[in-house]
Amino acid sequence: MDAPLPAGDTWTVAGRSFRSRLVVGTGKYKDFQQTAAAIEASGAEIVTVAVRRVNLSDPSAPLLQDHVDPKKYTYLPNTAGCHTAKDAVRTLRLAREAGGWNLVKLEVLGPPPTLYPDMPATFEAAEALIKDGFEVMVYCADDPVAARRLEDMGCVAIMPLGAPIGSGLGVQNPAMLSIMIEQAKVPLLVDAGVGTASDAAIAMEIGCTAVLLNSAIAHATDPVRMARAMKLAVEAGRLAHLAGRMPRRMGADPSSPLTGLIR
Amino acid sequence: MRTVMTLTLNGESRAFDGPLSVAELLAGLGLDTSKIAVERNEEIVSRSRYAQTWLGSGDSLEIVHFIGGG
Repeated sequence: MDAPLPAGDTWTVAGRSFRSRLVVGTGKYKDFQQTAAAIEASGAEIVTVAVRRVNLSDPSAPLLQDHVDPKKYTYLPNTAGCHTAKDAVRTLRLAREAGGWNLVKLEVLGPPPTLYPDMPATFEAAEALIKDGFEVMVYCADDPVAARRLEDMGCVAIMPLGAPIGSGLGVQNPAMLSIMIEQAKVPLLVDAGVGTASDAAIAMEIGCTAVLLNSAIAHATDPVRMARAMKLAVEAGRLAHLAGRMPRRMGADPSSPLTGLIR
Repeated sequence: MRTVMTLTLNGESRAFDGPLSVAELLAGLGLDTSKIAVERNEEIVSRSRYAQTWLGSGDSLEIVHFIGGG
């Protein structure tokens, strides 16, 4: 049975409301059947997709759209692989033409091995995209000053990393994320770093609007089962956040009453 | 008048008989135009203009679609 979340506990980005607080990628799966099954199990309503050259020597190759229906899921085109603002803007203009919508995920990355967000290039690309009418959800460093600037520019969601892309190291920066959550007036999503269900729950417990992940599901031994685990973890973390955790204390505090003990 | 044109398609140089529109090129390549996007010399060609956009020798085209990504 699904965890009972309060009715109307939705979140809104760029005027669109969603119930699921799990956004999943569509990359790294064994095949499209597994992609579709994992996404279904995750309960996600938004999926990220990449934009790449068509293989002209095999135009009848199966397409993602045939397995993950863009009418059922909101496609969020990304700029993965872009290392300059110019490439990111070109890629998303193509995505808008292919898909016909303005909601996009901007990521401009520095070089391996960190693939850390290149913030100067991200600012440049965000400015160009917003001017061109895009609604930009932006992957960024866990830097509250950078996040504020992106928000002031008009980005519709701030998406700091919890750890490097594809690392599965979990949420390494809960204190900084908490500060960013506190100051954000737009949705804040942890994007990158989640490795397993407890990581997603931690992100939600500290108050993130939603979690974006790909490798944690796709690279699990059983991706469909992990997708289900992530769905439950995000819901559990959200519930815990809404419930308000107990205060931490240094000493013990017995749960059973001390009165009425036998002598 | 028929001409031979050289186009660069997704980074690969190929020869075509002209005149040739974007619509004719895509049909010849067997592509479903509802699922792709085309950029010609770094400018988007909107789907509604495929039929009246004529290609010239030396044009460079990027033809893309959505694939799985994170």
